[in-house]
Amino acid sequence: MFLTFPIMVIRINPVEQIVEWRWNNMIMVGVGSFLLSFVWNYLLKRKELGFKKAESGEEDQSVSLIHRILGDKRIYIPGLAAVVIFTLIFPFIFSMYQTNIMVTALIYVMLGLGLNIVVGLAGLLDLGYVAFYAVGAYSYALLNYHFGLNFWFALPIGGALGALFGIILGFPVLRLRGDYLAIVTLGFGEIIRIILENWNEFSFGPSGIANIPRPSFFGINLSVHDSTTYTYYIMIGMCVFTIFVVNRLQDSRIGRAWIALREDEIACQAMGIDKAKTKLTAFSLGATWASMAGVVFAAKTTFVNPASFTIWESIIILCIVVLGGMGSIIGVIAGALVLILTPEYLRAFSEYRMLAFGTLLVVMMVFRPGGIIPNVRRTYKFTGVKTADKS
Amino acid sequence: MNFGGLRALDDLSLDVNTNEIVALIGPNGAGKTTFFNCITGIYPPTDGDVLIFAHGDNQADRINGLKPNKITEKGLARTFQNIRLFPNMTVLENVMIGRHCRMRAGVVGAILRGGVTIREENKVVEESYAILDKMGLAEFVNDFAKNLPYGAQRRLEIARAMATEPFLLLLDEPAAGMNPYETQELDELIKQIRGEEGISILLIEHDMKLVMSLSDRIFVVDYGKKIAQGSPEEIRNNPVVIKAYLGEEFDA
Repeated sequence: MFLTFPIMVIRINPVEQIVEWRWNNMIMVGVGSFLLSFVWNYLLKRKELGFKKAESGEEDQSVSLIHRILGDKRIYIPGLAAVVIFTLIFPFIFSMYQTNIMVTALIYVMLGLGLNIVVGLAGLLDLGYVAFYAVGAYSYALLNYHFGLNFWFALPIGGALGALFGIILGFPVLRLRGDYLAIVTLGFGEIIRIILENWNEFSFGPSGIANIPRPSFFGINLSVHDSTTYTYYIMIGMCVFTIFVVNRLQDSRIGRAWIALREDEIACQAMGIDKAKTKLTAFSLGATWASMAGVVFAAKTTFVNPASFTIWESIIILCIVVLGGMGSIIGVIAGALVLILTPEYLRAFSEYRMLAFGTLLVVMMVFRPGGIIPNVRRTYKFTGVKTADKS
Repeated sequence: MNFGGLRALDDLSLDVNTNEIVALIGPNGAGKTTFFNCITGIYPPTDGDVLIFAHGDNQADRINGLKPNKITEKGLARTFQNIRLFPNMTVLENVMIGRHCRMRAGVVGAILRGGVTIREENKVVEESYAILDKMGLAEFVNDFAKNLPYGAQRRLEIARAMATEPFLLLLDEPAAGMNPYETQELDELIKQIRGEEGISILLIEHDMKLVMSLSDRIFVVDYGKKIAQGSPEEIRNNPVVIKAYLGEEFDA
């Protein structure tokens, strides 16, 4: 109340040279903060209760609502069907502007899922993730400029280049962990951006590359509107593909090795896991998704320049993963949609947009440090002594 | 083994025969764990050899300087003094990690999930469960490793090491922090591992009762040097060992 006093209550009118005292505002602030503090305390108390419950072994209570829904086939299947139908008809019921925003959000879903492999599963804090995104975008832009390759050829090539860059970054940082790794990857991200900005002959510098063709539909040129819709479907397809792949990886031999690496590096090595190989696979696979997302990004905006690939992008993607829930696929999707769509739809209150965004982040981290939808490990059920059955 | 100018292990040689339980004892800071780390590749030894003789032939296989994961593949598995499980993975997954180096599925296999991969996964799940069952941990299968009671965590670490199909199991203070009842259980468990699986065991331990009851032979180290070796009976009465543990006995 006292902190906001100078801003909210005193207003100096420089024209008439008088000071206005807005006491009404002070009451508002007082009542508001009073109520807010109640809500805050109530939530904190609830959170602590939750902890106690978890400690005393009441497992059923601690399983979140969302996982119970996901576990229940009766709700899950119609729910999934509804989501599928909604995503399929989305471009027809909403305007092109909305579809465009959705494409951006889906690109971030893909980036988030890719980074989730590196940060969420393998526990390697990567702050230069946007570099791979840039690699993808520029590989499409340049391949198209020089060789006239279309989107569908550029997509796998971009992905492969991304994987290659992932390995290039991976080698020097094999020995690093935690904060040190974060700093080196941060440097790597900046290096890529600075190269793109300054190597005029190669990347056309800060002015970027324009007139990148949108994805072609069997050689037919689509109108801007149709092509947005088309890009939307491509993105949906790619997200489904990403989810499919990440889901499979997560429960595989490789996925377990990543998680083990995150949990305890020395023990993981002593258990016969090749640390170097595992880390490199994580980096290169993560980079592949980022690159492919980059190719789509270039195709969508038809223009790339280094300003799109700043450190801020890396941080947003990292926020998506942390906010959504590390290692949890559905969490990351939710995180991406919330983080990308909220600022878009909050444009109406543009002045308070970033404020609301920041508050959201703080509140989330205080009350749900595990993310919106934390990850649950897959469980196995054993009916007999030796029959294994996956649930 | 040298760390800069510090000689942590000095000409310490030790041998373990097939199906034998050997104990390595010594006062704190004697270099026992360093010795383990040398063998398992966490530190590369500055001098000397680690040799394994494969079953049947007399061809020695020199393994010093290899990476820890390669050494585990060769058949040496270890546990740690301070428990190093993967706390946020389930008990079953912890054991499945142990089988990692005996599996083959790669990235492509994992994505396509073909017949070979599915069969391999199912086999691993069942084998891991069988190991847990043998270790008396079957009831915890789907619990997080961090939620297990201390004694069970210790057993899980052994289970995880067993999953790598070793011929030599290196246990670093398996009974540390256990109550007498749990120690008794551990004693039986180790004997059972040796008896049923035919795995040789090298263990570091401070609990003398356990050491005496388990070991076939005992090596004693102090300040990185081997000061005695022999059967439990010989060690118990060895004046040098008593001196190392209790200090100079008679001085008046």
